[in-house]
Amino acid sequence: MKYYDKLIFELSKEGRTGFSLPENTWPETADNIPDGLKRSGYPDLPQVSEPDVVRHYVNLSNMNFGVDTGFYPLGSCTMKYNPKINEETARHPGFANLHPLQPDETVQGALQIYSELSDWLCSLTGMAAFTLNPFAGAHGELTGLMIMRSYHMSRGDFKRTRIIVPDSAHGTNPASAAVCGLEVVQVRSTPQGVIDIDDLRPLLDDTVAGIMMTNPNTLGLFETEIREIEASVHAAGGLLYYDGANMNALLGKVRPGDMGFDIMHLNLHKTFSTPHGGGGPGAGPVGVAARLEHLLPSPVVGKSPETGKLRTETRTQGAGRISGFMGNFGVLMKAYTYILSLGNENVRKTGPFSVLAANYVKESLKDRYKLPVESLCKHEFVFDGLREANAGDPDREVTTLDVAKRLLDYGFHAPTIYFPLLFHQSIMIEPTETESIETLDAFIGAMRTIADEAVSDPDLLRSAPHNTPVRRPDETRAATHPKLKY
Amino acid sequence: MGFAYFPHTDEDIRTMLGRIGLESMDGLYSDVPEDMIFKGDFEIPDAMSEMEIRRRFSELAAKNVGLSVFCGAGAYDHYSPSVVQAIVSRPEFLTSYTPYQAEVSQGTLRYIFEFQSMMAGLTGMDCSNASMYDGPTSAAESVMMSVNCTRKKSRVLLSGTLLPQVIEVVKTYCKFHGITVTEIPYKDGCTDLEAVRTELQAGDVAGVLVPGINRFGIIEDLTGYADAVHAAKALLIVYSDPSALAVIRTPGEWGADIACGDAQTLGIPLNFGGPYLGFLCCRQEFVRKLPGRIVGETVDADGKRCYVLTLQAREQHIRREKATSNICSNQSLMALYVTVYLSLMGPQGMKKVNDLSYGGAHYLHAELLKTGLFREAFGKPFLKEFVLHSKLPVERLQKALLDVGIFGALSCGGDLVSFCVTENRTKEEIDRVVSAVIRCHIDRCRDIVNANLK
Amino acid sequence: MSKIAEGLLYSGSHEWVKVEGDMAVIGISDFAQKSMGNIVYVDMPDEDDEVVKDEEFGAVESVKAASDLYSPVSGTVVEKNAALDDDPGLLNQDPYANWIIKVRMSDPAETGSLMDSAAYGEFLEKQA
Repeated sequence: MKYYDKLIFELSKEGRTGFSLPENTWPETADNIPDGLKRSGYPDLPQVSEPDVVRHYVNLSNMNFGVDTGFYPLGSCTMKYNPKINEETARHPGFANLHPLQPDETVQGALQIYSELSDWLCSLTGMAAFTLNPFAGAHGELTGLMIMRSYHMSRGDFKRTRIIVPDSAHGTNPASAAVCGLEVVQVRSTPQGVIDIDDLRPLLDDTVAGIMMTNPNTLGLFETEIREIEASVHAAGGLLYYDGANMNALLGKVRPGDMGFDIMHLNLHKTFSTPHGGGGPGAGPVGVAARLEHLLPSPVVGKSPETGKLRTETRTQGAGRISGFMGNFGVLMKAYTYILSLGNENVRKTGPFSVLAANYVKESLKDRYKLPVESLCKHEFVFDGLREANAGDPDREVTTLDVAKRLLDYGFHAPTIYFPLLFHQSIMIEPTETESIETLDAFIGAMRTIADEAVSDPDLLRSAPHNTPVRRPDETRAATHPKLKY
Repeated sequence: MGFAYFPHTDEDIRTMLGRIGLESMDGLYSDVPEDMIFKGDFEIPDAMSEMEIRRRFSELAAKNVGLSVFCGAGAYDHYSPSVVQAIVSRPEFLTSYTPYQAEVSQGTLRYIFEFQSMMAGLTGMDCSNASMYDGPTSAAESVMMSVNCTRKKSRVLLSGTLLPQVIEVVKTYCKFHGITVTEIPYKDGCTDLEAVRTELQAGDVAGVLVPGINRFGIIEDLTGYADAVHAAKALLIVYSDPSALAVIRTPGEWGADIACGDAQTLGIPLNFGGPYLGFLCCRQEFVRKLPGRIVGETVDADGKRCYVLTLQAREQHIRREKATSNICSNQSLMALYVTVYLSLMGPQGMKKVNDLSYGGAHYLHAELLKTGLFREAFGKPFLKEFVLHSKLPVERLQKALLDVGIFGALSCGGDLVSFCVTENRTKEEIDRVVSAVIRCHIDRCRDIVNANLK
Repeated sequence: MSKIAEGLLYSGSHEWVKVEGDMAVIGISDFAQKSMGNIVYVDMPDEDDEVVKDEEFGAVESVKAASDLYSPVSGTVVEKNAALDDDPGLLNQDPYANWIIKVRMSDPAETGSLMDSAAYGEFLEKQA
């Protein structure tokens, strides 16, 4: 990685152009727009040649770390390998030029992908029906909660406006609930890191719409009391929402539908390896149990009973429309391709291999890093910082942030840090099923070296990273006097 | 059989299990109740090789019909330069996560900063976020933001001339978020300012959402809106096609507080509806209420210029249920499409794209009227999309166009149909629309004559 | 150890109040600023806004945290400290010299439920 200090605006020179458009032979131009409706002057965009543009963005890319660059053990993000065939199929010209409002009979191939992918996700998760329209995990959560509220309201039950969320949950859960007009009630975790069922029971009354859970939870632990939780919530008239952020642990092995969940979302960019794209686009399909199917957002893909052809339909009883068209279709094509590559044989190995890798790394490092809960983990686990961190010595203390930054020097992406909030020095590691034992060993080696350095040369960590294109940014300055544009 | 994405040999598996102290892979799920372990077969296909996958996609693609697109309605067939695809395919961009570790994410952070700069420039607003999911959800977030910015008000006004999917998505969000929505009727194809004024008198309105170019393709004259809305202590939100903003009056020039819309028109292929890209810009005073990611400039420990995600105290991972939104990503890669596209186009390219679209659309508009088979609907200024009253039955007209490989004459209710022309349409294609219309009319006359003869 | 200024009244949510007739000058305690870290933004109500005792009236933000401010009294905001817009770090430098808002109290008797400096000191100790 190499530092490069230009903004595209700084390459601009009056009169240069980088576009290739045909000659204008029309009698009229946009100059004929009435004056009062016209923009005054040109927009402030750079004027650069095509080679300028290409070099600039290639130089920018050289300052970026991706899964294709190296190991990316970012907890709860499932940074597995992103197959290249997925990119190829998603760009197929037979799909790329389809307008979303084209008549159904002209998009049967696209509708087939939507419909088959929905069916496959149903089978993999044990749900009855899926909408693929939500654009991301958070969008899926919001959609799922809209379905939950619609369910209660459709039964004339308007007082269910509270939602139970574990204290270990990701901040998105309460934020989605708030956007959906639900009041958040926290349920505590036990010292073993799972939901405290004794804390849960008294919360369950007739104002509770449901509970949001990740399983395995954010500590990477399977919620062993899930049967009991399911029975209690259902007995109280609530629904169970499954946050699919951690579905990779269970893929091919355990299905949320079989655990009794009523609504769930998947993150296709995690579990089904459509790339993260630097923060999107993803896709957050939502699956529901049979009794909620009629509440899925519109449009849905159905089949004409007369012709057997696929068609788009609008549901009047549903939660409503949550997207302009049918979701991030290009992303859906990648997930569809990934499932074709995996097939029945390999999908069964996905969860187990991810769990194998996580436990292997955990066992290899727990003598140097604090493991708050000694237990079999699923696809990820959380350390609470270094065992020897010179705690209490302000000049030598090494924090989780320092460990993360030093890892960058060793050519690894940092794990997720300071999440979950249950511990002060959380380091959350998720290795995924696509990493070899050699890569895992190299990472383990780096983490152990860092633990040594924490004792021998804490300043080296406290001032890390040293080998990256830029070093630690001044975030206080960025937030106090925000400069948000050129 | 080995599998290309899983590197595990039998020996590797034994070594790893040994370190964990397990005999077999089954032991990894000993914490899961036995009856929850799935033992059946999944109803998914057997594993396919790349060759088989390619064949499958060729077969699927053959079930679609490629059409010459004369329809807009929120998704536009603009040209996307070859450079765009080349850059967005760089794996360093494609396979990275949200840029939390700024030291190894300067590529992503820098192009998002450029994106924000360009969007602020195009919309004439002070600042932009790093992008939203799509246009309709950006409108919904804008409406929630207006409620957030105007304490204790919870009603918003939506123009009836917004695209139907925008109205529907905003209504869905508002229904659950506890915001009352009043739809403003339209008059002569444009939002009725008098109706807006009347509604504002109640004093409970937080935001007013109107389109810059509306569902009929009309460039709305928003004179008087900002004054009326601000006098009522509400926020003016303008929904725009950012490509058009290179030539038409910007939300900033109209005095808007928030600008939103879909940036698909800036180099993103149609792709059957997604992924696209919502944008959200605002005036400086509201920046801390802006939802979504925002990138800011700062310096690193050595004083070097660098970029970080900033103003994070607004976001869900810190604020939880009090966050400005639940969104915790952006459509980052799509923002890269737009940034590269706008870099290539520059001010002249954007002008030319609009000139070509304007020229083609006005040519088609004139030619269709010349056939005598259409009647002017509103007679208002338009850019690349317009509606006409059709004297031909709408379904028959659409079918006649489809028969010659054209997707157009989208129904806008009653006998109103819309057409859209971008720079991607040639004169030959436009003439084909006109001759198909005439052929449709001749066929219909013949059918009527035949029916009468019988 | 956090500093506690004498002569001020304190709330359990770590705001301080200086009473001047029917006016209340409100800020945050040294403990509050320390637990926030570098403060980058102070969200303040506008003049003439009403504040209600024990209800939210604004927030302080650091890079990685945000904390709501709760009003120790009820009344009308007569002034906000505009200097904090330019330099929110003033709250870190001296939280007692730099107030956040001034409120004309609608019910000065409400201050009776606040702690004096000694009681606040004990309160902090109990929390630790």
